[in-house]
Amino acid sequence: MNDFLFVVVPYICLTVFVVGHLWRYRYDKFGWTTRSSQLYENRLLRIGSPLFHFGMLGVVGGHVFGLLIPQSWTDAVGISEQAYHVAAVGGGLLAGVATVVGLAILVYRRRTVGPVFSATTVMDKVMYAFLIVAILLGMWNTVAGSILTIGGEYNYREGVSVWFRSFLALNPDGDLMGAAPLGFQLHALVAFGLFALWPFTRLVHVFSAPLGYLTRPYIVYRSRDDDQLGSHRPRRGWDRVG
Amino acid sequence: MRVMAQMAMVMNLDKCIGCHTCSVTCKQAWTNRSGTEYIWFNNVETRPGLGYPRTYEDQEKWKGGWELNQRGRLVLKAGGRFKNLMTIFSNPKLPSIGEYYEPWTYDYSTLTDAPAQEHTPVARPKSLISGKNMKIEWSANWDDDLGGSTETAHRDPMLAKIADKVKFEFEQTFMFYLPRICEHCLNPSCAASCPSGAIYKREEDGIVLVDQDKCRGWRKCVSGCPYKKIYFNHRTGKAEKCTFCFPRIEVGLPTVCAETCVGRLRYIGLMLYDADKVLEAASTEDDHGLYEAQRDVFLDPFDPEVVREAEKAGIARDWIDAAQRSPIHALINTFRVALPLHPEYRTMPMVWYIPPLSPVVDVVAETGEDAEDTGNLFAAIDALRIPVEYLAELFTAGDVVPVDAVLKKLAAMRCYMRDINMGRDPDASIPASVGMTEEEMYDMYRLLAIAKYDERYVIPAAHAEQAHSLEELSTECSVSEYGGGQQDLFGEGSGVPTPIAVENFQMLQDRQTSDSLAGPDNKGARINLLNWDGKGSPPGLFPSKGPES
Repeated sequence: MNDFLFVVVPYICLTVFVVGHLWRYRYDKFGWTTRSSQLYENRLLRIGSPLFHFGMLGVVGGHVFGLLIPQSWTDAVGISEQAYHVAAVGGGLLAGVATVVGLAILVYRRRTVGPVFSATTVMDKVMYAFLIVAILLGMWNTVAGSILTIGGEYNYREGVSVWFRSFLALNPDGDLMGAAPLGFQLHALVAFGLFALWPFTRLVHVFSAPLGYLTRPYIVYRSRDDDQLGSHRPRRGWDRVG
Repeated sequence: MRVMAQMAMVMNLDKCIGCHTCSVTCKQAWTNRSGTEYIWFNNVETRPGLGYPRTYEDQEKWKGGWELNQRGRLVLKAGGRFKNLMTIFSNPKLPSIGEYYEPWTYDYSTLTDAPAQEHTPVARPKSLISGKNMKIEWSANWDDDLGGSTETAHRDPMLAKIADKVKFEFEQTFMFYLPRICEHCLNPSCAASCPSGAIYKREEDGIVLVDQDKCRGWRKCVSGCPYKKIYFNHRTGKAEKCTFCFPRIEVGLPTVCAETCVGRLRYIGLMLYDADKVLEAASTEDDHGLYEAQRDVFLDPFDPEVVREAEKAGIARDWIDAAQRSPIHALINTFRVALPLHPEYRTMPMVWYIPPLSPVVDVVAETGEDAEDTGNLFAAIDALRIPVEYLAELFTAGDVVPVDAVLKKLAAMRCYMRDINMGRDPDASIPASVGMTEEEMYDMYRLLAIAKYDERYVIPAAHAEQAHSLEELSTECSVSEYGGGQQDLFGEGSGVPTPIAVENFQMLQDRQTSDSLAGPDNKGARINLLNWDGKGSPPGLFPSKGPES
């Protein structure tokens, strides 16, 4: 069971994630957008969106730190378990609260503002469900698991993190995850579900984070006859001449 | 010297009658799709007035365009690259739909479906955004012909720059129309604001376009453009803008707005310019110097050295010929009667305007004096500081000297030509008084008054040997190839893009055969009378023929 839930399912989701993105980018560049609804409503978005997005950046950064960096490394640099715990819980809470508050504002806005609601697709709704559940479970793990220690202490850096790294190294150990508290298990499963949905939702805009803007020249020139013309290759059987 | 060619336009405002034909034909051609209901690539504003979107010219509020920083370097008015990215999650300067206007249609079917009743049924306005009943409070030309301007005109940002005491008199005496399209700037701040790098300037003809496949809907271009001529398609989540009708330009046809202009006031042609000098010119310290600085960027297409450099830069011989015959070059540099719109935004706009003399003429005529006498007109131009100052705010960053000079040239032409038309001896002193020869004056008259189609539009076709790469043809695919398969899987507009011509054809067809009015249930198909070309019968427009037999 552990192997199925925490090895097979995650790999399937990850495959869908990767292949899905390649497929979507190949066939649906035109649909690859943030689908912003700022034009419809700005007052709530102005508060909710930056809160959510910056909070999310913090959350992702925290996950990268917590999941990818082994405990032995931080020990080696001389960061005590206690110090790490305080920093992780503190930072996690801050980012998590910003995310949850932002998300609450955005969901409220999406439901109550007519034009925004009617511009919401089915995929949006499914994605929102997974996203909300994943975030709430994550918050539960932080608050209940690390602060209130409901159900005993659990050091995810000796369990979940090791499993995740073994998973990435293609040498997965599902039992490690099987030994984790239910909150962590559900959080991981829902998150992988979200990854599988990712390429088919507006979340693809994450991979368009325009970092190149910081270095490119201000004005872009493009020639008509250069290869960039229309980013689509001609369809099969229709070769360009010359 | 790095010679580049730019397709440019000049509009002669004296001839604009404010009929909005350009706007309507443009809309029919380009923005008749759902998501673009509120978008007018071409709009005609009555000035003084608020413009569309409202008060877009107030850059202290909207922060569009460029400015010089304390060290004299050119920077985006909205802030640097880092600040731009940090505000990406919520654009603080994005105009709301209310600043443009909430688009609507009417519930026509109630006119015919309503049961017998005491009161006449009414077609209620329905929002094309929410599909609900709405109260119409603004539109793209709400203050047309100064309508309601006693309530709104004082908010005109250009009027606010002129002293309070003259406002009242001004509103009573002065009105003209200002048709606007994208300026296809030499230094476009929309492109500079785009985080994705999706907005580009075509090397061949300088037309500024949005790559719909690269646009990610960050909305930075909308706020970055000081003319507010980039719009957000709220259905596809992508930015759209005036394309200078590139599929037509590529085959040598004028833009739709120019082609259909009733007053024949638009001129289209090439300008050669030195790309190396653009940044320096845009960084001119004094706002008043920007008009001259931009003129200095343009190159004389008759100069043998320029021709040589142009050929080296790969500009074809027929394009250089076209640049020499360009009416734009004549109006901007030979006769110097065309002025840029808001040079102080430092984007180096390429749609220029001949300011209107008619308000001055009208005032003189109302006094009973001879409105075609140079003395009277010159005195009026000098005396009517208010309209001249207003025009200067629009076209020369507030410097009245160039506006004065242009108006006097137009006045002199009027007087000089009257003598000829009346069969009297032409008076050489009239052109001389504005620094022109009689021959130049007559040439200017020809170009402004009687230039035919091929003189107003000198558009060299794109080269046939490159035909396979012209954007509209690049798919090399027959119309019937499109439209199949699963569309809109990830929301409206997703899927493989179709060429514009095919898309328009299909959208029109869909709309004319659709069932819903503005319903979100079928967003691709909405009825808007603007889009009805007389063929087919949109449901709700005509009474039903009764039960099917």
